[in-house]
Amino acid sequence: MMFTLMQKKLLNNYQQDFPLSTTPYKDIALSLGVSEDDVLLAFSELKNKKFINRIGSIITPNLIGTSSLIAMAIPENQLQSVANIVSSYPEVNHNYERENRFNLWFVLITKNEKDLQSIIEAIETEAGFKTMQLPLLADYFINLGFDIDFDD
Amino acid sequence: MEIDEIDRQIIAATQTGLPLTLKPYQTIADSIGISDEVVMQKIVVMQEQGIIRRIAAVPNHYRLGYKYNGMTVWNIEDKHINEMGECIGQLNFVSHCYHRPRHLPEWPYNLFAMIHSKTEEGVKRQQQIIADLLGQYNLGQDVLYSTRILKKTGLRIR
Repeated sequence: MMFTLMQKKLLNNYQQDFPLSTTPYKDIALSLGVSEDDVLLAFSELKNKKFINRIGSIITPNLIGTSSLIAMAIPENQLQSVANIVSSYPEVNHNYERENRFNLWFVLITKNEKDLQSIIEAIETEAGFKTMQLPLLADYFINLGFDIDFDD
Repeated sequence: MEIDEIDRQIIAATQTGLPLTLKPYQTIADSIGISDEVVMQKIVVMQEQGIIRRIAAVPNHYRLGYKYNGMTVWNIEDKHINEMGECIGQLNFVSHCYHRPRHLPEWPYNLFAMIHSKTEEGVKRQQQIIADLLGQYNLGQDVLYSTRILKKTGLRIR
């Protein structure tokens, strides 16, 4: 991957504190010594090419509402159909296939615990398989960015 | 914790991504029908309350060459779980580190740490570093690689 010096800085330096300002791209432009339009264009390109997922707010899990990681062990020949059922629920925000006996892993997000349990029950009924609930008990969250290594 | 309807709308508008406009908070403010000053003030308050951790450009690890993303899971003695979790959560290659319940007998693991590397040797080395740090408190381990992303959204609240 060939990134310009500005793109590398945009990727690495704004994982923690994207400016909260009327003109955030102008603030970044001033600190990097480039133009506001260049910064917006570079971010748009990084976003369009999917090098960044989004510029957005990072919400602390479970302070507002409830969520849980859920795992299911599904026979290989039924995995796709169960995965489709799971993904069809709007409350599911991630759904991954993983190499394990527990091969389907997803996160459910709801307004409260009661809704969480009723959706789990609905999924189990529709899929015909049990779930394993793995809610957060503690989050060892340390506020550090991920230092991207650009050498290949 | 309770938030008002405006807060909820601000979270909804920002969690999946700010609009890529020169004045993104103004764009959000216009859609809600308030001023950008109020949007930014409310974000500051929600940050102080811990509801919003930060505003961030979130990199796509996979697209940036980090093809090996492992969910490492560990069986840690209960009385050492917090001490060990805090220790592992500090590692620069660990993006998330959580304590979750065991489901015995089929699931003995209670500590989850997501690791990321560009190479298979890299993730193996990272696993070894974690194992060395956990030492005698580690009663068992596994690593689960994702083979397919079936769905992914940025939503954290509904």
